[in-house]
Amino acid sequence: MSARAEAPRRHRHSAGVQLILDFLNRLPPYRWTQSRLVRWGITGRTAVTAVPYLWLLLFFLVPFIIVLKIAFSEARIGMPPYAPLLTWIDGSVAQVNLQLKNFANMFQDSLYAKAYLNSIKVAAVSTLFCLLIGYPMAYAIARAESKWRHILLMLVILPFWTSFLLRVYAWIGILKNNGLINNFLMWTGLIDEPIVMLQTDFAIYVGIVYSYLPFMILPLYSNLEKMDLTLLEAAADLGARPFKTFMTITLPLSLPGIVAGSMLVFIPAVGEFVIPELLGPSDSLMIGKVLWQVFFTKRDWPAASAVAIALLLLLVIPIVLLQRAQAAEARGAHR
Amino acid sequence: MKQSSTFRLSVLAFGFAFLYIPILSLIVYSFNKSRLVTVWGGFSTQWYGRLLDNRQILDAAWLSVKIAATNATGAVILGTLAGLALARFGRFRGRTLLSGMTTAPLVMPEVITGLSLLMLFVVLDSALKQAFGWNLERGFTTITIAHITLTLAYVTVIVQSRLSSLDDSLEEAAMDLGARPAKIFFVITLPIIAPALVSGWLLAFTISLDDLVITSFVSGPGASTLPMVIFSKVRLGVSPDINALATIIVLLVTLGVIAAGIFMARQEKRRQRDMQMAAAAK
Repeated sequence: MSARAEAPRRHRHSAGVQLILDFLNRLPPYRWTQSRLVRWGITGRTAVTAVPYLWLLLFFLVPFIIVLKIAFSEARIGMPPYAPLLTWIDGSVAQVNLQLKNFANMFQDSLYAKAYLNSIKVAAVSTLFCLLIGYPMAYAIARAESKWRHILLMLVILPFWTSFLLRVYAWIGILKNNGLINNFLMWTGLIDEPIVMLQTDFAIYVGIVYSYLPFMILPLYSNLEKMDLTLLEAAADLGARPFKTFMTITLPLSLPGIVAGSMLVFIPAVGEFVIPELLGPSDSLMIGKVLWQVFFTKRDWPAASAVAIALLLLLVIPIVLLQRAQAAEARGAHR
Repeated sequence: MKQSSTFRLSVLAFGFAFLYIPILSLIVYSFNKSRLVTVWGGFSTQWYGRLLDNRQILDAAWLSVKIAATNATGAVILGTLAGLALARFGRFRGRTLLSGMTTAPLVMPEVITGLSLLMLFVVLDSALKQAFGWNLERGFTTITIAHITLTLAYVTVIVQSRLSSLDDSLEEAAMDLGARPAKIFFVITLPIIAPALVSGWLLAFTISLDDLVITSFVSGPGASTLPMVIFSKVRLGVSPDINALATIIVLLVTLGVIAAGIFMARQEKRRQRDMQMAAAAK
């Protein structure tokens, strides 16, 4: 019935579109191509799927295979700065030049191991703090009056739309020795000397928690918002205290949201480059920064590729967890 | 009950203060006369004037806007096709791979995406040179391709979720009445998902405008985008004209988001009114 109500508007739409389609239909090449394609078994559906499919295969999947290949090749001077894996001698015999050196090097040089462990630690601690701040916020928004909910949600999303780089930059002005916090504390007389905050690990944590907080709040909110409130009422009627209700009902039910939000923070935080570069100490060891330096400063492409492969392996489990949590959320929505 | 609402209010106040104080501080200090940025030296708009004289920043901004607009348009087209396939075509061969390839770029660390795309461009460049004598110049084209690959994932997710939240009864009705698939798409599906396409375009535009890491990998010597210029300045410490630039960007984004919000609220209201009228007509 809604079609009838919208009919006048639709009609105006369809007139123009109809004209274009009629025009296309009259063109002989269109007809010809269409009949040819159908004969080959290529339908409209195949074509629709094929375009983004081919794009993503070429620009997303194939690059990983190339990186994998380069990670096993030997660095050399020239362009491109790596030796080919396969060389043809006399056009018939293939010589394979497979190097495990780049990976072996990562095990021998303790710098890589330290960067690895430190990245995991920084990402894990930041994720925990995002959860501690984000959960109460998501909860408060989900339980707010419905007219406020949209505005509050928009306020969470708004910073995400403004430049990430500039938001990280803002923290330099806040944390530095004559920055906002130190100026304020000295003005109140609480401290006489500025506290060094910029270029410390603390600044990295602040930067990551600040930048990725919306990623934690949004999945948690969408989980908490659709929670069945009658369960909570039932618990209250049966005499459960609010804290107990929360621990036994709200928290377990929101677990998929917690996992999804945590992985959305953890995964990009592990490979973060901008935040440790701008806010952290110059010798801070984060794997994303190491990759950047190996690539841009040392110009060792095979070594950088090996670091990328290693980082990717580290993220396999978190990505699987994320997909499971999202699948669980989707199932919950359809119930 | 009273207690819990005070708790909720203070949580929200603390959380939003944390999210917004840095942005507000950027804006306030952009009007600071002093070069020291965080030491107040009186009100002034001189940094805005300086910004408009800075050719390097203006050129970079123009390049970034061109890339962002091309990218957003490409990402919306490809993302709509992918979203349509994932939401409406049921189970087809290779669906899992497609859905994986559209969600993976969302969480993939940017250093990995950037590095692997550059490697592809290097290989492509030498292949094209050998085959046709073409040169794949690193710059506008490579940056735009890289950004489309990243942002098409966002558009796909938006379009897919919009399509799965609406049932396909209208499309089915049109099919029963003998309309061709292409016509159904342009006359029925496209108007329904138009709001999703608008927000997808805007999102793809802003992500592209903001991207530093992937862009740094795939860009060439001649092409510096706005984030690259900002980054090279900010690395050396705070600088008041960057605050002025940040203020302008924040202002534009806020206006854009509010306008899009109003537009979408109106669309939603109209849709609900139509539904009510339809229900009344029954």
